[in-house]
Amino acid sequence: MIVEGTALVIPGDDVDTDVMYPGAYLNVDDPEEMKHYLFDGYDPSLRDHLGPDAVVVTGWNFGLGSSREHVVQALRAWGVPALVGRSFARIFRRNCVNLGLAIFEAPEAAEAASPGSRMRIDTDAGEILVDGKSFATPPVAALVAELQAVGGLVPWVEERTR
Amino acid sequence: MGHTLAEKILLAHTDADEVRPGDVVMVRCDVVMANDVSGPVAFRALERMGVRKVFDPGRVVMVADHFAPAKDARSAELQQRLKRWSEEQGVTFYDQGRGGIEHTLLCEEGWIVPGSVVAGGDSHTCTYGALGAFGTGLGSTDIAACLALGEFWQAVPSTIGVEFRGEKQPFVTGKDLILAVIGRIGVGGATNAVLEFVGEGARALSIDERLAVANMAVEAGAETGLFPPDEMVSDYLRDRDSRVPRTVPDDLASDEDAAFAQTLEIDLETLPPLVALPHLPGNVVPIAEAIGTKIDQVYIGNCSNGTMTDLRQTAQILKGRAIHPDCRAIVVPATQRIYREAMREGLLDVFVEAGASVSTPTCGACFGGHMGVLAAGERAVTTTNRNFRGRMGSPEAEVYLANAYVAAAAAVAGEIVHPGEVAP
Repeated sequence: MIVEGTALVIPGDDVDTDVMYPGAYLNVDDPEEMKHYLFDGYDPSLRDHLGPDAVVVTGWNFGLGSSREHVVQALRAWGVPALVGRSFARIFRRNCVNLGLAIFEAPEAAEAASPGSRMRIDTDAGEILVDGKSFATPPVAALVAELQAVGGLVPWVEERTR
Repeated sequence: MGHTLAEKILLAHTDADEVRPGDVVMVRCDVVMANDVSGPVAFRALERMGVRKVFDPGRVVMVADHFAPAKDARSAELQQRLKRWSEEQGVTFYDQGRGGIEHTLLCEEGWIVPGSVVAGGDSHTCTYGALGAFGTGLGSTDIAACLALGEFWQAVPSTIGVEFRGEKQPFVTGKDLILAVIGRIGVGGATNAVLEFVGEGARALSIDERLAVANMAVEAGAETGLFPPDEMVSDYLRDRDSRVPRTVPDDLASDEDAAFAQTLEIDLETLPPLVALPHLPGNVVPIAEAIGTKIDQVYIGNCSNGTMTDLRQTAQILKGRAIHPDCRAIVVPATQRIYREAMREGLLDVFVEAGASVSTPTCGACFGGHMGVLAAGERAVTTTNRNFRGRMGSPEAEVYLANAYVAAAAAVAGEIVHPGEVAP
């Protein structure tokens, strides 16, 4: 898989799920509507930069807190192709894998990226290019790689229960 | 090399012959739970998977608790969908007035047994570690897979041993013990790990206090927070009918030669009541450093601290006293059963007489949903588990996390005080 785009840097560490998707909007269950509330409690202007060209770059422990999948559903609804972060909270990372959103825990690559950096991720070559500078993609367990290859848990389960 | 408690539970629920930290395996769940927020999103995923029937209706529980009683028409529709889906699938459904806050409810209803694996569509599913169960929070698509297959993928976590030493001091509760841990290791300190609580201080905790401790394991990033099951858990379960069979021995514990990623000790003899300052559960200070902070609202309840133990502590402070005129207080018993018990004991009367609002069980204001949301500039002391920016309403509001004694005392004083000063 090859992903190319522009770095959208979410500043700070420990950015939690509540600021990314406030609880008041949890009674929404349609991703197309969820996307309009993404980052509402953090910086709503980030939404202006979301789209198929935005590679989201994060700090440490991004996505801590709630299991609300609304955050990742909304990122996907915006067409965001990938996240590159210093580190991710466990449930957030799972949600990305399950929904087929590419996620890379690559602290050095995340550190190297600044707003607007050119990002190119080549999973076959195991490489993340940040403004031309090369970083290795992190190792992925076989089962997680399998999930990512088929596009997430929905097609994976569909295949197994057919 | 031996296994940790978490590894033993996972080994009993996977086809793998061996598990070591970092291995990714499929884990069978004994119980799958979701609520009015995570459930409907999971049902959509289940439909996309083309799955019509859950793997085992006897092991699936749905609870209407987040926006219940319905905040608005849209929330009512989610709860309606939860109910209809549950009826179609033949799974257990706890509606408003018949259940309460999911985690307290599932324990008291006998769904949680030691050594079991519980997949919950809510991050505080780690609460079940109090009874020695590997309860872990998952997103809705994970829950959909669990509903379809009875399994989820799991990276085997490492284990951080937490030893509570000595005896806790007056006005110190389970809440302070877990705040001490999160303050020490930070909000990401247990990522890819489970916390295992041991030592005389852990064994001495009541089930209610263990629930409070395990509940906030996720606030350190942990997958779950386990208490090795003991006689106290067996006694607790003796009083209720277990809904799922117990498949592992009662005395399940980590082997002596098991490898721990880290161990830490918390000395209870010197531990004061603690407060987590805005806006992270890891911003923990001794209460002395928060004294004098003016408070607009106190909230006592939620899946960590809405038990009889918390309500009794609250009543001990509020009895014969009045809520400060500049402060509001909301008390939320976690379940219908607790609500009735508190009524029989006369606790609700104490709260109402003091000037507090007593609410029906709901997750409500804890997550900024409804029933006690904060305005800009307001400050609350709560017994809940998260104080993220905007968690309870306005991003300009502040939430301080503390135990029920501290919260109740703040309600009386209108500011943070040591509870011993209000109720010597």
